[in-house]
Amino acid sequence: MARSVTTQHKTIATVAAWIVALLIFFPILYTIITSFKSEQEAIQGFNLIPSGTFESYAEVQAQSGYFKFFLNSVILSVGSTILALLVAIPAAWSMAFSPTKRTKDILMWMLSTKMMPAVAVLFPIYLIFRNLGLLDSRIGLMVMLMLINLPIVVWMLYTYFREIPGEILEAARMDGASLWNEIIYVLTPMAVPGIASTMLLNIILAWNEAFWTIRLTTTDAAPLTAFISSFSSPQGLFWAKLSAASTLAIAPILIMGWFSQKQLVRGLTFGAVK
Amino acid sequence: MATQQTRSLARFMMAPSVVLLLVWMVVPLALTLWFSFQQYNPLNPIRDGFVGFSNYALFYSNPAFLYSILNTLTIVVSVLVITVVGGILLALLIDQPMWGQGIVRILVISPFFVMPPVAALVWKNMIMHPQYGVFADIARFFGLQPIDWFGQYPLTAIIIIVAWQWLPFATLILLTALQSLDGEQKEAAEMDGAGFISRFIYLTLPHMSRAITVVILIQTIFLLSVYAEILVTTNGGPGYASTNLPFLVYQKALLEFKIGQASAGGVIAVILANIVAFFAMRAVGKNLDK
Repeated sequence: MARSVTTQHKTIATVAAWIVALLIFFPILYTIITSFKSEQEAIQGFNLIPSGTFESYAEVQAQSGYFKFFLNSVILSVGSTILALLVAIPAAWSMAFSPTKRTKDILMWMLSTKMMPAVAVLFPIYLIFRNLGLLDSRIGLMVMLMLINLPIVVWMLYTYFREIPGEILEAARMDGASLWNEIIYVLTPMAVPGIASTMLLNIILAWNEAFWTIRLTTTDAAPLTAFISSFSSPQGLFWAKLSAASTLAIAPILIMGWFSQKQLVRGLTFGAVK
Repeated sequence: MATQQTRSLARFMMAPSVVLLLVWMVVPLALTLWFSFQQYNPLNPIRDGFVGFSNYALFYSNPAFLYSILNTLTIVVSVLVITVVGGILLALLIDQPMWGQGIVRILVISPFFVMPPVAALVWKNMIMHPQYGVFADIARFFGLQPIDWFGQYPLTAIIIIVAWQWLPFATLILLTALQSLDGEQKEAAEMDGAGFISRFIYLTLPHMSRAITVVILIQTIFLLSVYAEILVTTNGGPGYASTNLPFLVYQKALLEFKIGQASAGGVIAVILANIVAFFAMRAVGKNLDK
């Protein structure tokens, strides 16, 4: 009796959850489906079965040089993440292993910089970039994305590093390990998972950043966010091509995101929810 | 001696982060503040100079300003209500025993990884388009007149898109909190005859309160600066119907070249964000001590 009730409960929960999940996922699913339609099919009303043509993908590349924007997205998100890690690892390390009274204040202050609305400094940044010749340059945008995400990177690394037990270091030291051996054999293996998680989340955030990447680029350094936004103009309304471009733009990050659910929670709540 | 050394090493290791963030915060903000008291037009530099508070006065007297503040707050509050209530319900649903829970989670979390311009364009063209969108297809199927979302209900349309992007975030975080709830406590409550509702009110909700706070605060930071979604869908219109504060500042600065007024708007945006940040920092700070 009790068993049949649970099975029934499970069936209802399964059906309800799948319906809601598919509804939420539907816009993405429909975009992927439409990307395999011809332009003609795409505007012929609701239809879940595409003819399976790849012509939209080929045309997006042929007409706009899609791959260049894709490459810029990769360079900017990975580059800015590496820059951020280089700056943040020492800081997070020292705050986690030799905290002072002011460590907490510094962390809070770093977080507060994240709350400054980007638009408030739009013009000064625009001016500075123009005067330094950094408008539409990958280096300039990379530094920009690094600065935006630096507080999150420091915070995330800090929460990971803090979980490495300090006693292990002492034990290694007692056993006569040199500082160098300590770093190579004890600390690095323990720190790598945290650094990798941080890197993953930061790449996702940088890839999807859609204010500075749109406003500070025109063509040379423009990543996918800027490229896709250009579709909003009326002459760019081609459903199938738009879908193909969108699918390519979100696919890599979607897959990375699926693997980083846990890290995402931790990184975006600053360790408050694990 | 050793501690002295460690301390200076620690300072040295922190210096790059601290200096970079300090420069990033102080320099542009100081410039914005300075410009907000200037008449500055890159296209017509003859009348440039110090003008006191008149930029603020102009910004205030601009009818768009009131609209933009109202729209900003409407977006923040509506999306918060939808995502927090929806997120709690969804988290409760997904937490039930079921088949294929992992896949359901993946499907639900996906919209969060879609970059804002893609999310906005997909909704604008594929879902809400008055002629070719799925909503129009559904309306016609029932013999109804399709709704011109971005013409008639531009702000609602934007709220729907933004809520779709943030619902997964709220759900994921609340689900994580829910799953850390002690199973024994739940069982004990069940044994004592507590129904689903009272278990939810007296056990689950208090347990999730911290996660809910975090969701509200973090989303508020991002929702105050919704930008790309407006840029690619309504462009702030019709009129000022869907212009929020960030969008208004962008228009003043880069389209109209009214730098002084834009900067005054920027300063107001900073003040607004600071009010929110004050509460955010306190809540997150409390969590640090645990």
